[in-house]
Amino acid sequence: MTTLTTNYLTPTGREEAWRFTPLKRLGGMHDGSAIVADRHSLTLAGAKATGVSFELKSSSDAPALSESDDAIVGRIREAARDVAVLTISANTEVAEPIIFKRAPGDVQSAEFARVQINVESHARATIIVENTGDTHLAEDVEIYVGPGANLTLVSLQEWGASTVHAGRQHAIVDRDANFKSIVVTIGGSLVRLLPTVEFAGPGASCELFGVYFATSGQFFEHRMFVDHKVPNAKSRVNYKGALAGDQAHTVWIGDVFIRAAAEGTDTYELNRNLLLSDGARADSVPNLEIETGEIVGAGHASTTGRFDDEQLFYLMSRGINLSDARRLVVRGFFNEIISEIGHEEIQVRLMDRIDNELAKAGA
Amino acid sequence: MSTLEIRGLKVSVDTENGAVEILKGVDLTIKSGETHAIMGPNGSGKSTLAYSIAGHPKYNITGGTVTLDGVDVLEMTVDERAKAGLFLAMQYPVEVPGVSVSNFLRTAVTALRGEAPKLRTWVGEVKDAMEALNMDPSFAQRNVNEGFSGGEKKRHEIMQLELLKPKIAILDETDSGLDVDALRIVSEGVNRAKETNNIGVVLITHYTRILRYIQPDFVHVFANGKIVEEGGPELADKLEANGYAEYVSA
Repeated sequence: MTTLTTNYLTPTGREEAWRFTPLKRLGGMHDGSAIVADRHSLTLAGAKATGVSFELKSSSDAPALSESDDAIVGRIREAARDVAVLTISANTEVAEPIIFKRAPGDVQSAEFARVQINVESHARATIIVENTGDTHLAEDVEIYVGPGANLTLVSLQEWGASTVHAGRQHAIVDRDANFKSIVVTIGGSLVRLLPTVEFAGPGASCELFGVYFATSGQFFEHRMFVDHKVPNAKSRVNYKGALAGDQAHTVWIGDVFIRAAAEGTDTYELNRNLLLSDGARADSVPNLEIETGEIVGAGHASTTGRFDDEQLFYLMSRGINLSDARRLVVRGFFNEIISEIGHEEIQVRLMDRIDNELAKAGA
Repeated sequence: MSTLEIRGLKVSVDTENGAVEILKGVDLTIKSGETHAIMGPNGSGKSTLAYSIAGHPKYNITGGTVTLDGVDVLEMTVDERAKAGLFLAMQYPVEVPGVSVSNFLRTAVTALRGEAPKLRTWVGEVKDAMEALNMDPSFAQRNVNEGFSGGEKKRHEIMQLELLKPKIAILDETDSGLDVDALRIVSEGVNRAKETNNIGVVLITHYTRILRYIQPDFVHVFANGKIVEEGGPELADKLEANGYAEYVSA
């Protein structure tokens, strides 16, 4: 085990990117004080399908595909000696979802993990990453979706109560490719994720879906960035969050940048938050920067509200008691996104967890 | 045999200018198997009566009593009123995004019957109720009231009336926004539910046309927060001919 010594990237909390994050709770992953764990917790569940390879490469054989000014990403790239690389060969259609599991680690040290997912041209796959247990994890996931390829990435943060997870999921989406991401964050002490997309060829598209549910004391931050730097790309962002209990805090940042070259861009982003009790706080900041007027459309919406009394009245007037009516409304609220996963067993499990969290929060 | 008894009911709502009294002492008795039409001009307080009986939190009861078979309804929560046997078909049914009709109905019937219905018989019940109201089977998979047309919303309300089997049902302007065909189908549903389960029905309406399909035993004219005239079906004919002018100006 080693301790990182460089400190040139250490955020202070005054930076725009860090102004919401409780730095003290990051377990030192941002300032180099974390003990670097010697563990590789990412494992592939089940047999590898034809055309799919998964191997550990040394960092020098798997250079970063993207640039990042994120402090934790910088430290990951400095600390990680190897990279978990998943490759789906060109023209391969993987019928069943590829399921990764992250085994629990420990919270005395932090795993600094690099992952690369390479979906070659005209391949098609669904990848599900199941994160459970208690750990400290700093993670740099780079995704390349080749020309005409189609990737659905489901990232499930079903963490235990003391997990700290700082992760970046950066997708480079090439010509005519589609990238769909579904991020579910319903466990952990602090989760800070950067789902970001960079369009690398015209005709590319992405759909970024997410749900988060924070209860007392949990901090969940999702900071999206979609970089429209080529023409005729399309992006859709839809994140929904619910909060219950004292000191529950969520942050959603939706940055979309339409560069001068990105004519024909079509983008829309949406964030909705449901406050289920007093003492919770939801920050929601959509942000659109546009350098060309030659676009199809660009818009965003953000709402934060409480239970709709009329909905509860309607359900209760049919004999459903208050707590069941609230449970139905919350399930319905999340269902729009959860149903996008397309995996019945996982959807049921997530909804059950949401029910349990809701019951525990007494909201 | 059930009896809903409303005595001297006074109801106010809070507004920016303080509390405003809307119901000014309503007396009404509804028994199983009876059909009462409550007719009146817009703004007379008909819907307030319906929502107050169902327990909507917006309405403050300032006087009077409501009992179902002698039990105080006003002390009950909204869901307890439904469990006691009251049902309100709403004029503007509320959208519940992400909750399917099928899930909603199963949850409601489980709450009302105290146990989950047997799956096979329940699926059959729902299918029959939907067919009887001329509803496409895909309807069950849609989200509650989301994107429903006006007619679909009303059919969905009456489907619930048939499935949930209340003792007393209040239908708040169920006829509004329906074309002739839909009005006939919905009315047949009400008559069916009434005959099968001996429901006492309160039909709140502005117009007389639904009374051609659902025959009332009693007609009550509602104006300015109270019942101003009562009679049999012939009173509806008088309203059809003369309108509400004489009651409003009074």
